[in-house]
Amino acid sequence: MALQSLDIERRSATTVPPPGVRTPAQVAKLIDISKCIGCKACQAACLEWNDLRDEVGVCHGTYDNPTDLSAKSWTVMRFHEAQTADGRLEWHIRKDGCMHCADPGCLKACPSPGAIVQYANGIVDFHSEHCIGCGYCLMGCPFHIPRLSQEDHRAYKCTLCSDRVAVGLEPACVKSCPTGCIGFGSKEDMVHVAAGRVAELKERGFAHAGLYDPQGVGGTHVMYVLPHADQPELYSGLPKDPTISPWVQLWKGIAKPIGLAAIGLAALGGFLFYVKSGPEEVHEESEAGPGGPAGPGGAQPPTGGR
Amino acid sequence: MTTRNDQIERYTGSQRAAHWVSAISFILLALSGLALFHPAMAWLANLLGGGQWNRILHPFIGVLWFLVFARFALPLMGSNVITGGDLKWLAQVRRVLAHDASGIPPVGRYNGGQKVLYWVLLLGMLVLLASGVVIWEPYFADRFPVDLRRIAVLAHAVTAWGLILSIIVHVTASVWTAGSLTAMVRGKVSRAWAKHHHPGWYREVG
Repeated sequence: MALQSLDIERRSATTVPPPGVRTPAQVAKLIDISKCIGCKACQAACLEWNDLRDEVGVCHGTYDNPTDLSAKSWTVMRFHEAQTADGRLEWHIRKDGCMHCADPGCLKACPSPGAIVQYANGIVDFHSEHCIGCGYCLMGCPFHIPRLSQEDHRAYKCTLCSDRVAVGLEPACVKSCPTGCIGFGSKEDMVHVAAGRVAELKERGFAHAGLYDPQGVGGTHVMYVLPHADQPELYSGLPKDPTISPWVQLWKGIAKPIGLAAIGLAALGGFLFYVKSGPEEVHEESEAGPGGPAGPGGAQPPTGGR
Repeated sequence: MTTRNDQIERYTGSQRAAHWVSAISFILLALSGLALFHPAMAWLANLLGGGQWNRILHPFIGVLWFLVFARFALPLMGSNVITGGDLKWLAQVRRVLAHDASGIPPVGRYNGGQKVLYWVLLLGMLVLLASGVVIWEPYFADRFPVDLRRIAVLAHAVTAWGLILSIIVHVTASVWTAGSLTAMVRGKVSRAWAKHHHPGWYREVG
């Protein structure tokens, strides 16, 4: 256990219950997209607290910098300009990063015991010292979040500042946000705060404003207030109804017990067959001579031509 | 004049070597693959030196297996064409297993079961190679779309079970058929063995 004070709800590739004597509150981060000004203070705070220094990139002609998540950039602002029906400009700026799913696909896919844990407070965390670099979490994630480092061959993503949360602090991005766009607290409280904000947005003309807390992954511990919740794809491809891929569900669900049972039963069956039936032996004397008759008990080889 | 010591060569030295390199690779692949497949088998990762080494070595052993097995098996393709007689053999396999070979068409170099194994291994190996490259971190996986990787990793797992099950049958059959293991270790079989198990082949080489 990396953080002794945080109980574990689920542990990757583990078949026994993880440590769990405490009953902490479920936490959540609420990102109110309607309040984001795209200043990237959260990105800077993330690098600062987690002591990461990603490579300095080049300008691609957009505000996106870096243009994508990486093993050293666990959160990035994604900028998207859109024109409304009445010809006005809308700027959708979304802080992208791990959603901390209640049913995490990364953890489901991970084959290394303890490399991914879900704390009892809802945070999904990678314990990199146990990571084997297989990339299965990349296949499990419905949000395309984890990134494999080409330097140490381990996967990285946002930890929701599990180390800060463990000692009663809010995540670094929350602390740095100058507009109060990012909130943090119990999931219950954040859902309540979001409901108030959604009502305000609706009053101000955003008829489809709503909370993004996708139930296909059991809800998430990072939620968005979206002015256009009916079209989450507007916000740089936020999936409308994310779920763990059915291929991954099959692979990490029913295939595991069936595969192991089939192999075990086949091995046992083969051994028992041999024990019961005895070996198929050739009787040298009866069959050695050309055309010699088969003795009693020796199988007579058929002689028909082919 | 034949005597009971008179032996026929069934496999050359290089065929035997290829078979056993292939067999050892397969066992390492099966164990390291199971470690990645099921949490109950995760401890097997220690066999190759722990999780990271298991992940690093498994695909390289896979490529070795592909090359050695292909070198061994492809020249044997001609002996593994499935014929009508093989289908009859397969239909009556219960009688074969009950030590009763009467009325079963004569077997050539390989019987129906061996031929089925041959094709299952060859085709399975191609599926494993293709799907394995698609999910091979850190060299190739990021060149493929994630949905293809998800399908590939499932196909890899399911094909691997198929081959593990086939190899369990193969090992059981070779131990059960007394003299087969010797054929693959020492390369030679007795005339009686050849005549009993592979009369068609015996007529060609005996």
